[in-house]
Amino acid sequence: MRFLGLIWSNLKRRKLRTSLTLLSIFVAFLLFGLLCAIKEAFTAGITLAGVDRLIVRHKVSLIMDLPVTYGPRMERIPGVVSAVPFVWFNGIYQNEPKNFFATMAVPPAPFLDLYRECVLPEDQKQAWLNTRTGAIIGRTLAERFKWKIGDRIPLTSPIWPNKEGGAWEFDVVGIFDGANKGTDTSGMYFRYDYLDEGRAYGEGLVGWYGARVSDPEQAAAVAKAIDAEFANSPYETKAEPEGAFVQGFIQQIGNIKTILLAILSAVFFTILLVAGNTMAQAVRERTEELGVLKALGFRDGLLLALVLVESGVMAAVGGLAGLGVAWLITARGSPVPAMLPVFYLPTRSLLIGLGLVFALGFAAGVLPALQAMRLPVALALRRHV
Amino acid sequence: MSNWLAQIWALTVYNVRTIPQRKGAAVAAAVGIAGVVAVFVGVLSIAEGFRAAMAVTGPADIAMVLRSGADSEMTSGLGREQVRLIADAPGVARTAEGPLTSAELFVIINLVKRSTGTDVNVPLRGVTQGIAVRGDVKIVEGRAFEPGRNEVIAGRGAAREFAGLEVGSRMEVGQSEWTVVGIFAGGGGSAESEIWTDAAVLQPAFHRGDSYQSVYARLTTPEAFEQFKDSLTTNPQLQVKVLRQGEYLAEQSSMLIEFISGIGVFVATMMALGALFGALNTMYSAVAARAREIATLRALGFGSAAIILSVMLESVVLALLGGGVGAAAAYWAFNGFEAATMNWQTFSQVAFAFAVTPPLLAAAIVWAVGIGVFGGLFPAIRAARLPVAMALRE
Repeated sequence: MRFLGLIWSNLKRRKLRTSLTLLSIFVAFLLFGLLCAIKEAFTAGITLAGVDRLIVRHKVSLIMDLPVTYGPRMERIPGVVSAVPFVWFNGIYQNEPKNFFATMAVPPAPFLDLYRECVLPEDQKQAWLNTRTGAIIGRTLAERFKWKIGDRIPLTSPIWPNKEGGAWEFDVVGIFDGANKGTDTSGMYFRYDYLDEGRAYGEGLVGWYGARVSDPEQAAAVAKAIDAEFANSPYETKAEPEGAFVQGFIQQIGNIKTILLAILSAVFFTILLVAGNTMAQAVRERTEELGVLKALGFRDGLLLALVLVESGVMAAVGGLAGLGVAWLITARGSPVPAMLPVFYLPTRSLLIGLGLVFALGFAAGVLPALQAMRLPVALALRRHV
Repeated sequence: MSNWLAQIWALTVYNVRTIPQRKGAAVAAAVGIAGVVAVFVGVLSIAEGFRAAMAVTGPADIAMVLRSGADSEMTSGLGREQVRLIADAPGVARTAEGPLTSAELFVIINLVKRSTGTDVNVPLRGVTQGIAVRGDVKIVEGRAFEPGRNEVIAGRGAAREFAGLEVGSRMEVGQSEWTVVGIFAGGGGSAESEIWTDAAVLQPAFHRGDSYQSVYARLTTPEAFEQFKDSLTTNPQLQVKVLRQGEYLAEQSSMLIEFISGIGVFVATMMALGALFGALNTMYSAVAARAREIATLRALGFGSAAIILSVMLESVVLALLGGGVGAAAAYWAFNGFEAATMNWQTFSQVAFAFAVTPPLLAAAIVWAVGIGVFGGLFPAIRAARLPVAMALRE
């Protein structure tokens, strides 16, 4: 403790250099935090996918429809608890594609039972069950367009024009929250019966089914049984666990993880090399002083600790500030809700960041400190840098 | 004036020559800048490659007709009668057989992506006169499909990225089986990422009756577009939107290109800041280490402007070295790297190659020089302001 003053004055000796180094460490960790949030935005779906849920779609591709009559048939298969149809509505708000958000038609009660991570207050649930034109919207979506309960929202759909040819009208009856941080609350759900009665064509067709199985261990076997049930029918199915479905979807975009990892390593390699070099230089410059301290009787171990604490303090101040600001930015929600609906900094990434902060402080300080320590006192005193 | 230039030249050469004495710091600064340039070029080459794959500048004489309100071919739909009306519209080029229009279906099938071994959405297009309308489709292997048969031709990019599209192989879609009889190149837009077949065979296979999703029309001249468009949009029997193919492609790819460019510029800006701090540190310590030499030069009569410029030039030389290395590394690592991604707007795969274009390289070098200039400016001013007498005594 009594050496804190010494460390402090060493940091102050070149204020400009110290602050520039701090700033570059800050930038590196800010970037680290934001890229982790972007990565999480792409992959959160996999980790949150329900282990007891299957996605059942048309075998040819997701854009092909399935008949609504498949639901009851699926529910008769042993191991299937419920099968809930979904229809992709592709709603467009104010004719502006940039306003994109997910809109799906579902039967209300079975949907809420299947997706329990969508938390809706009981009275709002009742309102949805009682209002045919009712829709529930996620918290993120409500904040994005400043919508509240009671609002009437007109949407057009390029896929499902309604019989009157105009826009579809929806009444917001509920706003749902996510049960965990990564739950996507950027979408809107409305009633399937409303869609089915209003659409100009395609009556009785749905996009895909979400199915709950009674035993997650048996999910793969149940999926196989579902596909077998509909084999050789005009609408063959492909059933798979939700996690596999989401993962497949993400892999379609490309290997996001590799690309982001490559960027991150480039960033870390360069910025931290620059910062680490400066920090190391600051220690090398003082070899002479370290010699004086040794001559005064400071032990090698203490000197090493002093130097390491100094570089550690630099790394910690810059790194923690960077991570903190990244956390603050992500806490305010997604800057591009249409592209990245889920946007937050996971605790795991924060911990990895902390580890990197310590690694940087150690790596930048340890080499020059060891060099200085091993230098005989007489030589160190004679050396001018 | 010439004396002044001679001063700058002499000082710069002298400064640059001393760089090897400060190897560590100089290399660190240059590597920092190389990193910025490499990441900048790398990320933006994805956007450039994607733009090139979508061939956003489509030919001006090809028009597309979709149902009004549709935002892509996927969500559009046109009946047989509407298709006939569109073909008869003024402005459409004609041959001996009739108007040059192609009514098309656009669906998605699942194929396995070679690189990951997982299912991906691959666009399958049914065409009537698609090859004649586009004019630039070339069969590079095998032959074209025969109308009325379950035969397909695959785009060059699709054949490369997705498994099972070699000439002669069979693919199963739903309950029907199709033979790949050829590989084609060209076709405009992302056609090379698609599989083409006869629309008349595709309609029953996908329960589409006799409906289509879009009509492509070759116009007599690019200027005939307005006439063509007006006649269709004012026709009360049609509710359609008409656009040039280039406009459509730009619309379909804007989201992804903006997103990638946005991330690229953001990351590069942040990294540039980090590298700038590194360059500043390097140049400040370079100036501090040479305080006495600089004071000597001032005492000898070198002007302060010459000193400022020479320090900045030194920093720019370092930046250019780093930037050059970074750009070369990025070119070597990324140019021509082949990949496929999902275009969220059409929900289907587009095969593309990363493209490191000359304007991109130029922009990267500008960034590097910018970092060099700012990294050198403040240290240079400090160097020039050093009180001569005090620095000499140090």
